[in-house]
Amino acid sequence: MSFKIKAFLAFAGLAFAGGAALAQKQPIIGLITKTETNPFFVKMKEGAQAEAKKVGAKLMTASGKKDGDTASQITAIETMTAAGVKTILITSTGDAIIPAVKKAQEKGVQVIALDSPFDGADALYATDNYKAGILIGEYAKAALGAAPAKIAMLDLFPGHPVGAQRHNGFMKGFGLQALDAKSNDLSKTAETVCAGDTDGNQAKGQTAMENCLQKNPDINVVYTINEPAAAGAYNALKKAGKEKGVIIVSVDGGCAGVKDVSKGVIAATSQQYPLKMAAMGVAAGVEYAKTGKKATGYVDTGVTLIANKMIKGVDAKDVKTGTQLCWGKA
Amino acid sequence: MTPKTNSPWGAVPWTALGPWLALLAACLFFATQTERFLTGENLSLVLQQVMVVGVLAIGQTLIILTAGIDLSCGMVMALGGIVMTKFAIDFGLHPALAMVCGIAVTCLFGLLNGLLVTKVKLPSFIVTLGTMNIAFAVTQIYSEAQTINNLPPMLTALGQTFSIGSTEVAWGTCLMIILYALVWRGLVDTAPGRHVYAVGNNAEAARLSGISVDKVLIGVYVLAGFFYGLAAMLSVARTGVGDPQAGQTENLDAITAVVLGGTSLFGGRGIVLGSLVGAVIVGVFRNGLTLMGVPSVYQTLITGILVILAVAADQMSRKGSR
Repeated sequence: MSFKIKAFLAFAGLAFAGGAALAQKQPIIGLITKTETNPFFVKMKEGAQAEAKKVGAKLMTASGKKDGDTASQITAIETMTAAGVKTILITSTGDAIIPAVKKAQEKGVQVIALDSPFDGADALYATDNYKAGILIGEYAKAALGAAPAKIAMLDLFPGHPVGAQRHNGFMKGFGLQALDAKSNDLSKTAETVCAGDTDGNQAKGQTAMENCLQKNPDINVVYTINEPAAAGAYNALKKAGKEKGVIIVSVDGGCAGVKDVSKGVIAATSQQYPLKMAAMGVAAGVEYAKTGKKATGYVDTGVTLIANKMIKGVDAKDVKTGTQLCWGKA
Repeated sequence: MTPKTNSPWGAVPWTALGPWLALLAACLFFATQTERFLTGENLSLVLQQVMVVGVLAIGQTLIILTAGIDLSCGMVMALGGIVMTKFAIDFGLHPALAMVCGIAVTCLFGLLNGLLVTKVKLPSFIVTLGTMNIAFAVTQIYSEAQTINNLPPMLTALGQTFSIGSTEVAWGTCLMIILYALVWRGLVDTAPGRHVYAVGNNAEAARLSGISVDKVLIGVYVLAGFFYGLAAMLSVARTGVGDPQAGQTENLDAITAVVLGGTSLFGGRGIVLGSLVGAVIVGVFRNGLTLMGVPSVYQTLITGILVILAVAADQMSRKGSR
């Protein structure tokens, strides 16, 4: 009996504490990432936590179990809305979350897309992935010079907007015929002699590159969706004795990736800034809690080309700059 | 390997030929589509690409032969890979000793699975669903989700190749083939091997004939863990890093390989070499379709169809033999 009373008192105490927190009007901001494990999202979460602490907001976090796990993200949106969160920052892992986002918005929640765009978000703070693609495309073209291009495209997986934007942007930057930034399809030309899906994963990147080399041993440019896939591609090239003279370009700018640029494994990478996305999102959440004014529109959080060798006519920063701005462990 | 009617585990049905025929058909098809397919170099590559799944599938075959299933194999492998690379880098342990530690961890997970299945009498599906999540979480926590780089050469030695004529063959491929040969003969020629089939066929009958069912089962799970540890060595050697994201696709791919290879999910029937064929079939489709320039999602589609065909064939032959 006494245990029950204690439990009841404890419960009442918790409820009271919760009420007190609400009464103080400390804004609660929710952050939902694609996974807990990718260093990109780990850094984003750290950035959001630091910013929330600075401005006196409370941060709730959740994530999918893996890329494409929209079910967990939807559950998190619902839970956070029920918990009284007024702003949700989310890196969408698929458009299946849109109806849940709409429902949250109807209850007065501001929903801001970080990193990955989707229809119906109040605002978007993200890398311009098409531009990220263009930068490495231009670099690869300049580095290759006049030789005829034989390009391997190591993509993410079919149907993801970020994968399509980087792919098509790369081709545009390379001077090939390419779809625009809104397309979710992948461009193909005679120069792109091989394409494979990597899921952004090193082992799969290696397998895809090995098979591409079988298809065309003369591949001289490799586009990769991210740096783990690039590391896998390099492994495959090295095993085939072809690592010299093949230009690998990538996107992300994590510290491990920048280190690969310094070693010449990756020729150039487009660096993006997850900390900035998170900090801007938290600031917008606090602003909404204070003034009731929602954030709108798209803010480009910037992208910088980090290259091993500077090439005349291409605007790039060196590895030193890249290392100062990178995220995750090297 | 041709089916023998007087084989120690009873009649091998004609369907046991299925996976070999499917592999042959796939190879013939791709050979007509692209001249690059049927080269020694390309075929050696396919074997390198399936060595991790192939060795995982040995452990998985042992468990499925006892009418169990192991959903944790890929995650346990990933943990083993992280342990061996982190021990070598962080503690400066001798690479050989680090590998032993990694394999010890995967064996321990096998022991845990085996004890829960036998002593607590939980279904293997549920036990390994639990240990799959535990192994995944421990891997992420211990590695802080970071890839482990700059490995000593010994850890990547199995990924190196040697030449037979103009064809480069990986040491890891050889290890996989040797392991298959050993397990195949071990299952057929030794008493413990036959006990595995007996327990899978009918555990109660096996107990009545004096076989210690629990000992056989625990032995099978620990041995499976041992093979996951070897698969971890191969995975580390192949990619050259300790990857906390390893094993996620291999987890179900190993079960797919076993099923494609004709081992019955109801236990007691199957040939371990079939699992190798099953793994190679998946690799051949991935490779062949890339050479043809077909998107890889079609590989997934074909794998799905083949899995259903394989299970249906097993089911039909079971009905027929009753």
